[in-house]
Amino acid sequence: MILTKAQYDEIAQCLVSVPPTRQSLRKLKQRFPSQSQATLLSIFSQEYQKHIKRTHAKHHTSEAIESYYQRYLNGVGENGAAPVLLELANEVDYAPSLMARIILERFLQEHEEAPPSKSVINSMLRDPSQIPDGVLANQVYQCIVNDCCYGPLVDCIKHAIGHEHEVLLRDLLLEKNLSFLDEDQLRARGYDKTPDFILQVPVAVEGHIIHWIESKASFGDECSHHAYLHDQFWSYWNSSEKESLILWLKSQSLVKFVIVGI
Amino acid sequence: MAAVLESLLREELSVAVAVRWIARSAQSSEDDPREAAALSSLRPLRKEFVPFLLNFLREQSSRVLPQGPPTPAKAPGSSTGLPGRSGGPPRGGRGARNQLFPPIEASSATAADAPSARRGGRRRGPGPARERGRGPGGLEEGVSGECLPWAGGRRPRSSGSPSSPSLARSDPPNLSNLEEFPPVGSVPPGSAGTKPSRRINPTPVSEERSLSKPKTCFTSPPISCVPSSQPSVLDTSPWGHGIPSGCRSLQEEREMLRKERSKQLQQSPTPACPTLEPGSPHPSRTGHLTAEPADPTRVSSRHRLELVALVYSSCIAENLVPNLFLELFFVLQLLTARRMVAAKDSDLEPTPGAVDSLESPLFQSVHDCVFFAVQVLEHQFHVLSHLDKGTLKLLAENERLLCFSPALQGRLRAAYEGSVAKVSLAMPPSAQAVSFQPETDNRANFSSDRAFHTFKKQRDVFYEVLREWEDRHEEPGWDFEKGLGSRIRAMMGQLSAACSHSHFVRLFQKQLLQGERRQFAVVLLSLRLLAKFLGFVAFLPYRGPEPPPTRELQDSILSLRSQVPPVLDVRALLQQGLRARRAVLTVPWLVEFLSLADHIVPMLDYYRSIFTLLLHLHRSLVLSKESEGEMCFLNKLLLLAVLGWLFQIPTVPEDLFFLEEGQLDVFEVDTVASEHGLDSMPVVDQQLLYTCCPYIGELRKLLASWVSGSSGRSGGLVRKITPTTTTGLGAQPPQTTQGLQAQLAQAFFHNQPPSLRRTVEFVAERIGSNCVKHIKATLVAELVRQAESLLQEQLVTQGQEGGDPAQLLEILCSQLCPHGAQALTQGREFCQKKSPGAVRALLPEETPAAVLSSAENIAVSLATEKACAWLSANITALIRREVKAAVSRTLRAQGPEPAARGERRGCSRACEHHAPLPSHLISEIKDVLSLAVGPRDPEEGVAPEYLEQLLGQLGQMLRCRQFLCPPAEQHLAKCSVELASLLVADQIPILGPPAQHQLERGQARRLLLMLLSLWKDDFQVPVPLQLLLRPRNVALLADTRPREWDLLLFLLRELVEKGLMRRMEIEACLGSLHETQWPGDFSEELATLFNLFLAEPHVPEHQLRACELVQPNRGTVLAQS
Repeated sequence: MILTKAQYDEIAQCLVSVPPTRQSLRKLKQRFPSQSQATLLSIFSQEYQKHIKRTHAKHHTSEAIESYYQRYLNGVGENGAAPVLLELANEVDYAPSLMARIILERFLQEHEEAPPSKSVINSMLRDPSQIPDGVLANQVYQCIVNDCCYGPLVDCIKHAIGHEHEVLLRDLLLEKNLSFLDEDQLRARGYDKTPDFILQVPVAVEGHIIHWIESKASFGDECSHHAYLHDQFWSYWNSSEKESLILWLKSQSLVKFVIVGI
Repeated sequence: MAAVLESLLREELSVAVAVRWIARSAQSSEDDPREAAALSSLRPLRKEFVPFLLNFLREQSSRVLPQGPPTPAKAPGSSTGLPGRSGGPPRGGRGARNQLFPPIEASSATAADAPSARRGGRRRGPGPARERGRGPGGLEEGVSGECLPWAGGRRPRSSGSPSSPSLARSDPPNLSNLEEFPPVGSVPPGSAGTKPSRRINPTPVSEERSLSKPKTCFTSPPISCVPSSQPSVLDTSPWGHGIPSGCRSLQEEREMLRKERSKQLQQSPTPACPTLEPGSPHPSRTGHLTAEPADPTRVSSRHRLELVALVYSSCIAENLVPNLFLELFFVLQLLTARRMVAAKDSDLEPTPGAVDSLESPLFQSVHDCVFFAVQVLEHQFHVLSHLDKGTLKLLAENERLLCFSPALQGRLRAAYEGSVAKVSLAMPPSAQAVSFQPETDNRANFSSDRAFHTFKKQRDVFYEVLREWEDRHEEPGWDFEKGLGSRIRAMMGQLSAACSHSHFVRLFQKQLLQGERRQFAVVLLSLRLLAKFLGFVAFLPYRGPEPPPTRELQDSILSLRSQVPPVLDVRALLQQGLRARRAVLTVPWLVEFLSLADHIVPMLDYYRSIFTLLLHLHRSLVLSKESEGEMCFLNKLLLLAVLGWLFQIPTVPEDLFFLEEGQLDVFEVDTVASEHGLDSMPVVDQQLLYTCCPYIGELRKLLASWVSGSSGRSGGLVRKITPTTTTGLGAQPPQTTQGLQAQLAQAFFHNQPPSLRRTVEFVAERIGSNCVKHIKATLVAELVRQAESLLQEQLVTQGQEGGDPAQLLEILCSQLCPHGAQALTQGREFCQKKSPGAVRALLPEETPAAVLSSAENIAVSLATEKACAWLSANITALIRREVKAAVSRTLRAQGPEPAARGERRGCSRACEHHAPLPSHLISEIKDVLSLAVGPRDPEEGVAPEYLEQLLGQLGQMLRCRQFLCPPAEQHLAKCSVELASLLVADQIPILGPPAQHQLERGQARRLLLMLLSLWKDDFQVPVPLQLLLRPRNVALLADTRPREWDLLLFLLRELVEKGLMRRMEIEACLGSLHETQWPGDFSEELATLFNLFLAEPHVPEHQLRACELVQPNRGTVLAQS
């Protein structure tokens, strides 16, 4: 199914200042019943990430961190079972998982001798039962399972989508008898940045010569498209003459885009 | 320039005046004022005369020398794309020497093949290697012929005309250039007032010319197309802009050649001569040719030839040509020309009335060539007489020479007989003494026995004294008078008879002079070696493949480099040397030093001034001048030879030799400061000359090849010009079978069309390369597989740690690298198997079987050589690298998730991969978790059926695995455990009537059993079951009222039952739960659970059920127990 730019913009418009929670997604689904949940989630995630990128810094000032931490302490002091951290995140318009990280870091700074390493924090976020404070563990877990745009679970979902589509694409290529080299093979040949597949024999699609294909697990809006090209491919192909073509791949209700080198 | 030559031919000018004019000497009083006037108007073109003349001769001889060995060219590569055409204008020929390469006849087929064939030939051995390795690694390596730096579009800056005859890279007259050779009647720009010169070459230029730009004829592009890598200094010339920029590459050039060739084919009324087809040997390429007999009576336009020979000889005599020996080589080529290549009739028939002008070819037959050559040789007798004995012999025995000039032959014979200049590659024996001279040192030469005896005694004393002096004179405190005085006086006292004096003098002279020479040679050769090394080191940092591509870059490099002081102030040393009159010592090593300069060096003011000094010196070394205090003849000859060589070095700009006179005059060097410098001593002999300039030996080879009847192509010719290392002077290495094989291969190719050689080389190159790839994909890959399994074993025996990766790698490599030796065997087999077929496929069907078989064999051996060379050098490193990668891969994979190593089961072949996607399931389970954890709206919840369905889907997906990646599976495993905890704690909100928001007991148990089954059978990653008993999860139970422990107990028992967790593990987990602070009653209940679990160590299933059955009501189990 093709999603027009106007439709995308309309959906994006509804996502301004909406917390990235299950409830928000449900409302969105009610508002746009014709779109699949995966499409909506993808757009939501994309738009919300843009929002976070813009506002990220203000949540990381020492004053902000301190005030969040105090509010958290006060909150759990009153009622440890209440969703203190989640509500705090929603209130200040920040991703719950990221808020959980801020508070966890701050907590560990206070309770541990050495400042916590990033890997320790990540590990605790992945498995909150490692967090020494039971109340905080619950709060963090609540944030993570309720966040539909950030957090280890969301990351895993994105990764899984990426992998699934790579497999899908590979199947399609095999089905079409197209000979290709995949990322692993390319890496073995010493390429550092590689697209998912390089076609060993280029094919022509609608008048374009396709040399390579990259599938992306996220929604291919303009911005991310450019970012991908910039970060990953131009440096690899080292040729600004090459254009890219976005192919939409719709499978099992997931909309995704594919960049193909031409 | 043609005008000058014509004037000479018409005898409007005398040769002497012309040469004086060319040499830029002052006007002589006896010069005819009319002549002087005529020439003065041509003054701006003066310096172009010599290049013009040289090119003219080359061009004129092009039909005579196609089969001959190519004249050594300064830049063989520059002839690329110059298929000379018989009688036609040189196809944009760039240099005088271009015409000397066997110009291929109009036969288009060979024309297209020619350039690369020549390149190939030169690249691989017998070639006019006026090239010199300039790669940083290889001082002696030949420059690859492919793309040499001097390229098309390069023109001397002074004018649009070609001015440098410096061999192949100089420009031949561009006969299609309308400015240079305007049509009759037009006035050439820049020469107003002079007689209009005329286009010289009678051969019609292709019709295409009309399409071309007025100044750049169609013949020029192929030349201009040669990638110009010369500095863009020359861009300032009008030519710099006239060059079409469209074509830059060899490919394009070839393409043009192909087009040109097809045009020629179309235009040719008759098909090309079959003998010129590439498939059949060109006559010129056959090894033996019957030479056309040369007859002095059949020489046409004698007078004209005499005049040109005189002008040419005068130019040589005045050192107006860059390299004397190159000209001699050319002349000897003419002398030994075998036959005239047939040209078009129109070319052969002299135009009536134009016999003496340049309208008709200068050399119309072999007779003309030989006549001309003999004329020049007569003028150069003096030089010839100083060549080595072998060359003299060959010259004296040359029947053509005898036939054309018995007088010269007689003089040469006399010179030969008087010559002692035997030159051998081996150094003279290092023994100090003069060997016994039987001719002089015998009794017959002495008046009496006594005198002879005395002489012998004197001789012994003399050597004794000499040896002692040599051994001890540097010792401190040694005194000549004290040590030797009396013995010398005694020796001298025995001199009585006059004849004894003469013998002693001879001994003395020989010893001290032939000794001095020896010492000089040793010093000179050492200096040259040292200088070469110094030059190598000094210019190494700047060494690049070619000059900078842009003017800006070049300018910036120049400005930068000019800031750098020279590492060795060679200019001062040169000036000192010249002043002290020891140029003969200084210049040869300086030449070695400069020969290693990079392309920028000659543009730097400092070095440019050195070159100017050297040019000045070169000009001043007129061999015919022999007066008191003059430099010795052979000294001069050596300097001329080394300087001539230097001027041909690719890095030396071609226009340098033909500097404006003004620039020359600036550098007058006072050379009379010291009257008795080394220069006037006869320190150079032929041995040294030939040692320093081995290419002079090519003259002999050329003459010898004439005698043997072979065309001499495989016989050597100027090959390496730089035997500057003393190692080269040792005995020649014995001819090995391999060397002989290589020579045979060369000879084989020599007799075959060039395409065959290209084919064989191409096949060898590709098969060799494929062989390496094949070895990588088979042998190396197999070794890597072995490495992986060895590593696995190692890891199993040593436990998960495995040990130090570096150590592991070493162990593996030591086991596996020896297998690399198989690579050579396999490589040989591969080449043996693959090459013949490829050669067969590429060569014409009609190739004779013997030729085909030889070609196949050569391809096999070349491919094997290439592959084995690479493999033997790299196989160990390659295996090591691959094994290292495999080790790190394996260790990484094993890292934190040991199970990832395990063999992963895939879905069955019948699976159609319709299971839900992992991402979807994670997302769904995440939603359930978030719903359970809250916050949630009152109406939110899940249907029990949905949960069952979800777990069912999870099972499907885990069994399909098509889209599953390890991280997703790990998260799913973790989520499933969380889900179990929530089920046990009855925390999942269920959709339904408000009163019943909890799961039915049976439903919960079913769901748990489903999970247990998934954990046991379907997950392939470790499931973090211990999470179930983490305080956070257990605490979920604390929130429920009334607390329900039965599901947890059920779950724990099932875990043990199914072998998912060991009792000990669970006990440990339960034990550690005590460390957490709980509400008092919860602690108690927990302790009871613990005891209960411990109390039933091996509860059979029915008992467990019974146990549950005794608890009719939820929440009463613990109370009752």
